Amino acid sequence: MNLITILQAGVATGTVLFFATLGELFTERAGVLNLGVEGMMLLGAMSGFSIAVSTGDPWLGLLIAMLAGGVLSLFHAVVTITFRADQVVSGLSLTFLGTGLSLVLGEGLSDASIQALLPAFDIPVLSAIPVIGPIFFVDQSIMTYLAYLLIPLAWFYINRTRPGLHLRAVGEYPAAADALGVNVFRLRYLYVIVGGMLCGLAGASLSLAISPGWFSEKTTSGLGWIAIGLVIFAQWDPIRASLGSFLFGGLRRLILDLQGPQRLLFFANPFFYQPHLGFFLQMVPYAFTIVVLVIGSREALRKRLGTPAALGLPYIRGERGA
Amino acid sequence: MTTPDISAPRRGFRLPYTLRLEQRTKVSGWLPIVTSIGAVIVALIIGAIILWAAGGNPIRSYRHIVQAAFGNVGVFNDTLVKASPLIFTGLACAIAFRMRLWNIGAEGQLYLGAWGASAIVLLPILPETTPGWIMIPAMMLAGFTAGALWGLIPGYLKAKLNVNEIITTLMLNYIAVSWNNYWIFSHWSESGFQMSPTFSKNAWLPRLADFAKQVPFFSGLTLHLGIVFALAAVVIVWLILYRSRWGYEIRLIGDNPNAAKYAGIRIVRTTVLVMMLSGGLAGLAGMTEISGVVHRFQEQISADFGFTGIIIAWLAKLNPFAVVLVSILFGGLILAGREIQPAGIPLMLQGIILFSIISSEMLVRYRVTIRRQEA
Repeated sequence: MNLITILQAGVATGTVLFFATLGELFTERAGVLNLGVEGMMLLGAMSGFSIAVSTGDPWLGLLIAMLAGGVLSLFHAVVTITFRADQVVSGLSLTFLGTGLSLVLGEGLSDASIQALLPAFDIPVLSAIPVIGPIFFVDQSIMTYLAYLLIPLAWFYINRTRPGLHLRAVGEYPAAADALGVNVFRLRYLYVIVGGMLCGLAGASLSLAISPGWFSEKTTSGLGWIAIGLVIFAQWDPIRASLGSFLFGGLRRLILDLQGPQRLLFFANPFFYQPHLGFFLQMVPYAFTIVVLVIGSREALRKRLGTPAALGLPYIRGERGA
Repeated sequence: MTTPDISAPRRGFRLPYTLRLEQRTKVSGWLPIVTSIGAVIVALIIGAIILWAAGGNPIRSYRHIVQAAFGNVGVFNDTLVKASPLIFTGLACAIAFRMRLWNIGAEGQLYLGAWGASAIVLLPILPETTPGWIMIPAMMLAGFTAGALWGLIPGYLKAKLNVNEIITTLMLNYIAVSWNNYWIFSHWSESGFQMSPTFSKNAWLPRLADFAKQVPFFSGLTLHLGIVFALAAVVIVWLILYRSRWGYEIRLIGDNPNAAKYAGIRIVRTTVLVMMLSGGLAGLAGMTEISGVVHRFQEQISADFGFTGIIIAWLAKLNPFAVVLVSILFGGLILAGREIQPAGIPLMLQGIILFSIISSEMLVRYRVTIRRQEA
């Protein structure tokens, strides 16, 4: 068992989590909670894979996946922003709708094989750095490198630009933003759709690069929900979101690989000789999500910061804002 | 009160019409029912369009669903068997949602309930020869307790540390499935198969078919006593919510948590207790499935009953009695869904129905007027 290979694969899984987490982060920063991440990821994974199989072009698949995620999130935007419906229930329906829709439209797709995947390559110079190089810069998918680029860009956009200031204002104090001439409704629509497109991207990077194929609802197996938990852990900060995502990706891989070898360090591997103990290993990422949430919530309670103040509340012009 | 128009952008392109939402001062009694029924019809039409676009035959699919669920006594019996756990999970969600506690972990609580009930027989806690009138209540108690403990964790974390209960209940679903699998594959496995041995008859809930000698009509009908327990739970939950002081407190916290706090209601305690009651009800769904349907501990005891409970609770507007009706409809949908292809159709329909229900709620809360925009 080679730790470097495991961490390398962990970074790949973390990429998927990062895109989804970043998408939800943008949406929540605008004050809208979208629990439909899992559904949007599945629809993205299915539509991206389906298009790539039928046209042979994974880039077209990626584009369609982002569109599919965006269109699905538009339902959530209309229902919660214009109709002022409950964001929790709407997000849950989005999960049902996205999952069901991708199962219906992806029927028979699990037998399909794909020729062209998104490319993976080494980064010159950086890949030569010991330890860090092989983990982060050798044979990673282009999506992973895109994720590296997005981390500082997203941070800069949210914290140092004018549109980023508007985004934060809309999520923190929409009434004040409105009074200053920021169109709250239009921005909320925009960021819900941006979030949906990133979730679609997350799904497609799974089915077209990280673990290619369509395995019905097992394609994501709860990654979307973990992403929602990670947003809270990240306290709505892209850099913390990337740390959380790669940490989680590594953990998920480690658990898969722990069951393989006969010996673990110098001991007989209990997970090899008693395979049913593996079920406890499978619980670890989910239990860890809860632990991470508890830590994140404690910090948020103590510092009284992080959560966008208007998260989950519809904005009604003329009523006293949050 | 009136609110200004919400859709007119001030810059850029202008729509020739604006949408105005005015809050209704009073809502007549029939309006919510009419809009709910209308919303379901609209959802079915949208579903049909998607099915047609995906190359299916929506009319045949729908006719198939109706026939497979309500076509004759035999299939209606099966529909009611599916409805029993749904009533429990629907109630579990309804009581939590009434307090605006988003328990979406009924699925996991159901799994733990099934585990708790099975533990009585398989650990074993009670000897195999225990008479049924002790065995069944013990299994119910164990199922309720196990589910309640699974609800206690997110309830406590929410109440004490303000940890988002949506994520914790969902994560606990995955953990519950792994927990059950561990027992199925190890201690309780019957000679390596992925299921326990079949329970002895004293751990079975009585079924209609057991009385076929007295009433010939019942022969072959698998409806079990679980539905009676479910209906009893409906009455109990209704009494708690609308006829008890505790229920009043739950509703007050749900409507206005600040007012509840100032009124001296102990929110922490109520949060934990409601999550436990919710988990316990979902646990009973697991117990009745184990004891009334499969009669052993195994994988796949739930056809997404826990998640469907969320939709049922919302569609029933959190009313315990309406939960029964909606559960029967969804029981039919799940039953028919097993035969219909592609397999995602029921899930997709559920999503569309839920969407159109929450959209229709706007029509109940607001009066919508469309005006032509001047200049």
